[in-house]
Amino acid sequence: MSQDTKPQSSATPADRARALFKVLDDKKLIPDGFIGNFTKLMENDWDPSNGARVVAKAWVDPEFRELLLKDGTKACEQFGYTGPQGEYIVALENTPKLQNVIVCSLCSCTNWPVLGLPPEWYKSFEYRARLVREGRTVLRELGEELPDDVAVKVWDTTAETRYMVLPVRPEGTENMSEEELAKLVTKDVLIGVARPHVS
Amino acid sequence: MDGIHDLGGVQGFGKVPHTKNSLTYKPVFHEDWEHLAYSLLFLAADHMKQFSVDELRHAIERMDARHYFGSPYYDRIVIGTATLLVEQGVITQEELNACLGENFQLARAYSSPGRPALPERPPFEVGDRVKVRDEFVAGHIRMPAYVRGKEGKILHRTSVKWPFPDTIGHGDKSAQLQSTYHVEFNVRDLWGSAADDGTVVVDLFEGYLDEVT
Ligand SMILES: [Fe+3]
Repeated sequence: MSQDTKPQSSATPADRARALFKVLDDKKLIPDGFIGNFTKLMENDWDPSNGARVVAKAWVDPEFRELLLKDGTKACEQFGYTGPQGEYIVALENTPKLQNVIVCSLCSCTNWPVLGLPPEWYKSFEYRARLVREGRTVLRELGEELPDDVAVKVWDTTAETRYMVLPVRPEGTENMSEEELAKLVTKDVLIGVARPHVS
Repeated sequence: MDGIHDLGGVQGFGKVPHTKNSLTYKPVFHEDWEHLAYSLLFLAADHMKQFSVDELRHAIERMDARHYFGSPYYDRIVIGTATLLVEQGVITQEELNACLGENFQLARAYSSPGRPALPERPPFEVGDRVKVRDEFVAGHIRMPAYVRGKEGKILHRTSVKWPFPDTIGHGDKSAQLQSTYHVEFNVRDLWGSAADDGTVVVDLFEGYLDEVT
């Protein structure tokens, strides 16, 4: 009937990934340890607890906060949070009247060293299509009901800047240590779809 | 290109499949092959220097629209990487087919050679009003269609310059280095009342912008 209906493939994404691996491996193009080392970076080193540490320090140290807002790359470098997808970092300062939120409508760009690899939902067609147009609605659906007087500012990561959100330090945290404060900052908080809460 | 990847503002999607917020979102990978996608991409792009990440982005954009929508995220990375490695002559379609036991469907061929940037001109300043150039480009571009022809305000000029995507995305290393600008738009200037309130900030290369006079 239609020439553009392709025959159904029986191969899975896993089959394709392994086929590409095997073709490269058969040609001896994959150095020993390359996959393992890169996987360790992705699974362990790049983690939202990195961004949480940066935020907690900015909450307790006004000088660091100033540096973070002026030169996010340099501030994150102090922690060793550099590398691919962390080359030009800009921190977005929330206020009681402003909520910043990050998306990449064109693909999936994220600040890997500071936030970790993006979660599945961040890469979903739903999030990419809807956030730029219906930010407040999407946040509400994700459980963050913002008062009307809080403006929503969506940052579409369409070039090489890699963002992180600097949330407002919640009330009732005056006696918390930097370490305790960091535990309030989740991956969703760093993306901007949630605000930190004291439980 | 006005491809299916350019999703900003496209309607017809339901709720975001958000999983519960947690500190870490561990495990990072949910299936035992997913780590291969970025690993093989970085092997080819970074270690073997076969192509840039811009070319990878464009390879994924070149997937047939149905193919793109039917493939999960890490599958698209694998398909884009495989496409470029075949185009570079590092591996062949036949080798992929033999390993897979069926046709390994790659992205479509380039439909454009890409384009150079405009001649250099004075930079814009923070606070300037700018208009996104009303251009249609068949090749790679990092301007989401929803800001085409729209006016916004510059919040930031990057202190670093990067190769113009419309050139480097096609493997052309003569790409001009440019700053990018964080340009803020009113959401209702983009989609009228059929949108929420608020603003959206898009990171745009200098060559996509004109000054509003
Ligand atoms: Fe992206």
